[in-house]
Amino acid sequence: MSGTMTIKLRVWRQSGPKAPGAFAEYTARDVSPESSFLEMLDVVNDALALEGKDPIAFDHDCREGICGMCGMMINGVAHGPSRLTTTCQLHMRSFKDGDSITLEPWRANAFPVIRDLVVDRSALDRIIQAGGFISVATGSPQDANALPIGKADADESMDAAACIGCGACVAACPNASVSLFTAAKIGHLGLLPQGQPERYRRALGMVAQMDLEGFGGCTLFGECMAACPKGISIDFIKRMNGDYIVGTVTRRPEKVTLGSG
Amino acid sequence: MKLDSKVPSGPVKDAWDKHRFEMKLVNPANKRKYHVIVVGSGLAGASAAASMSELGYNVSCFAFQDSPRRAHSIAAQGGINGAKNYRNDGDSIQRLFYDTVKGGDFRAREANVYRLAQVSVDIIDQCVAQGVPFAREYGGLLANRSFGGAQVSRTFYARGQTGQQLLLGAYQALEKEIARGGVKMYNRHEMLEVVTIDGVARGIITRDLVTGQVEAHVADAVVLGTGGYGNVFYLSTNAQGCNVTATYRAYKKGAAFANPCYTQIHPTCIPVAGEHQSKLTLMSESLRNDGRVWVPKKREDCSRKPGEIAEEDRDYYLERKYPSYGNLAPRDISSRAAKEACDDGRGVGPGGRGVYLDFADSIKRLGAKEIAERYGNLFEMYQRITDEDPYSVPMRIYPASHYSMGGLWVDYNLMSTIPGLHVIGEANFSDHGANRLGASALMQGLADGYFVLPYTIGHYLASNTFEKVTADHPEFRAALESVQQRAARLLGINGKRTADSFHRALGKIMWEQCGMARNEAGLTQALQEIPVLREEFWQNLTVPGTGDSFNQQLEKAGRVADFLEFGELMCLDALHREESCGGHFREEYQEAGEAKRNDDAFCYVAAWEFTGDTTAPVLNKEPLEFENVHLATRSYK
Repeated sequence: MSGTMTIKLRVWRQSGPKAPGAFAEYTARDVSPESSFLEMLDVVNDALALEGKDPIAFDHDCREGICGMCGMMINGVAHGPSRLTTTCQLHMRSFKDGDSITLEPWRANAFPVIRDLVVDRSALDRIIQAGGFISVATGSPQDANALPIGKADADESMDAAACIGCGACVAACPNASVSLFTAAKIGHLGLLPQGQPERYRRALGMVAQMDLEGFGGCTLFGECMAACPKGISIDFIKRMNGDYIVGTVTRRPEKVTLGSG
Repeated sequence: MKLDSKVPSGPVKDAWDKHRFEMKLVNPANKRKYHVIVVGSGLAGASAAASMSELGYNVSCFAFQDSPRRAHSIAAQGGINGAKNYRNDGDSIQRLFYDTVKGGDFRAREANVYRLAQVSVDIIDQCVAQGVPFAREYGGLLANRSFGGAQVSRTFYARGQTGQQLLLGAYQALEKEIARGGVKMYNRHEMLEVVTIDGVARGIITRDLVTGQVEAHVADAVVLGTGGYGNVFYLSTNAQGCNVTATYRAYKKGAAFANPCYTQIHPTCIPVAGEHQSKLTLMSESLRNDGRVWVPKKREDCSRKPGEIAEEDRDYYLERKYPSYGNLAPRDISSRAAKEACDDGRGVGPGGRGVYLDFADSIKRLGAKEIAERYGNLFEMYQRITDEDPYSVPMRIYPASHYSMGGLWVDYNLMSTIPGLHVIGEANFSDHGANRLGASALMQGLADGYFVLPYTIGHYLASNTFEKVTADHPEFRAALESVQQRAARLLGINGKRTADSFHRALGKIMWEQCGMARNEAGLTQALQEIPVLREEFWQNLTVPGTGDSFNQQLEKAGRVADFLEFGELMCLDALHREESCGGHFREEYQEAGEAKRNDDAFCYVAAWEFTGDTTAPVLNKEPLEFENVHLATRSYK
């Protein structure tokens, strides 16, 4: 095992959504290369708390890369330097003794800062509310094996469904577009036969919601895919655009049929 | 306290059908007049909130994370059991029932387990209809894998992310209902008190974690789906936020806490690497389908590279001790076997607390591609954490706290001893006895939320009348004030130790004295040490910042305060249960190294009743009767 490291941190501190923010500098000493990035911050925070100072606020929960709660810009890169890795799964062995690290929250108008590195990502939930589901009430649907799904479709659907909703795609995008997140859900459900009845309605609803939330437009930079800790492919955006166009062309006005209820 | 399990009379296989017919219904037009609070948005909470909203109830759902999708159900890896018998390998509802009762070491309630096995079939159908992308075979039908404690393949899975996909299914159903207006979602809200009026649950007190605002919420019924207390050990596979606060607060309001000493120590986790470690990461039990567990036969071989140790010098101890189940022996048994090997000085890796999980044979037999297809994401996760490549060197694993079988006592209707307070998923005690089998937690969370609670809550609401109450009621005002005072007290100590440091100290006591092996002397010592630590906590804690803002240290302090009381209850339960069963292994009670139950004296649920901060809790017993699966010594040999 190698020796410990000293790391210089430049951290964005902001006490509330409307408060002005600024960078503050800290030194993390005796950092073990085996510790995770968030464990390094835990140690810094413990020291701050003992000095009676406000610890650095950051979101985190599962610390195994699946809940999607953590995420910050690490030296300008969403989730830091390791590919396919969330912030919580990043380990200090990816850094060298004496390194300087700058930490910032996700930067996007649609993700207002709550405190320090914590942002409000509720816009992502509202995009799901606009159609990111299959309308099936709890009950007794048909037998699960009554609907065969080819392995290739099931696998590709799972590739999209692996999205953890962390928001790194938005943070990495020069336009702060949320297209990869939205497209992943449209791809997950649209590749399955169960998702067909609502396929185009879903695309129209979710795309409209992302505009309403104030996310930017997609110009296919591809930064989202590079930052995505789950490696979601930008091809799903192509698929979303296709569904959206078909939805626009085939849209029929919703009729009110009197007495049908 | 009277414990009435309300199990329907008659044969177990007809109990649920009979009960469903006998329960009262709420007229569709009247459902919207009832308001139900659901605390927690994991598999149990999200599925319950969505299903009740679909039925027409007016639901409020609370989560401490920023979105319901973050709940820790999302981290479950391996799979979900369902008695579909798609493999034609002899599975049935009866067999899943039998395996679960036996796996739980005969400490679960038969009728609940039978119902669980029955609805397991519907869960798979429901999830597929929602678009959960379960693994498929080339013919388009669902794939299955095997899990510990079973000799049939009944586990459905979505790569190593089954919990994620099931939770997203429930989350999407919940978001659909939020959009429709049936559910009001409160993210970043933590429940800090249950409010009872004349002994009946009528609401909760929450803290808005962004603004610090303490708020009262009134309802006709309250449902807790707040998960388990595995974090009492500090290091566990649970998420950082997992806590006992909701269930412990309910306990202090009169809900009996059942079997708190039944905790699951999962055999396959990545070993502890350093002193600043904040969590332990699980490696799915499904890996034991293709990985072989071993340690060197000779102590002097422990420091050698695993590849240099000859086949005949390796001890594949699970295959040796349990030939018929081999590497798929149940979790409690596998964990203890790993501990024994390490206690014997044959552990591997830093500190000697680890055993190998070796895929070399499977890679030779199936090829690396097939192994990657099955477990690729788990192998990647292992490599990210340890910097070692499991395709070329065996994984190192060690047991870690993972799940709690104990929880709030509930009757057959999932209602606690506080009328109106229902408890679902890991937060209740009912289905897993003293040990949970793999792939059964997801099954139970969804069974409770989709298929049990939506029926039983209707029966409760239809059977009672509810006086109109507002947040101005004296009970609500008093509860709100007590929550505010508690926060002020935590903020006002101004000591010299952080909440995390107390949590770490508690975890150490619990792991050493109330972990994988327990004995009278250790538990007695823990019962002396915990109150001392708690005393210091209230004298020497430091919480920076204020109560009226986003303050993660304050959140943590409140949770640690409850763990410091709960840990004592856990040790008390472990001390009183003078037998070994499932995850509860008392060193004094064993036979040839295997757990020795005492059915004559301990075949009951221990339901603890709070009597006051300075008085001992009272033990209430619900006798367990086994009419369908006969009491026998569990054997996996």
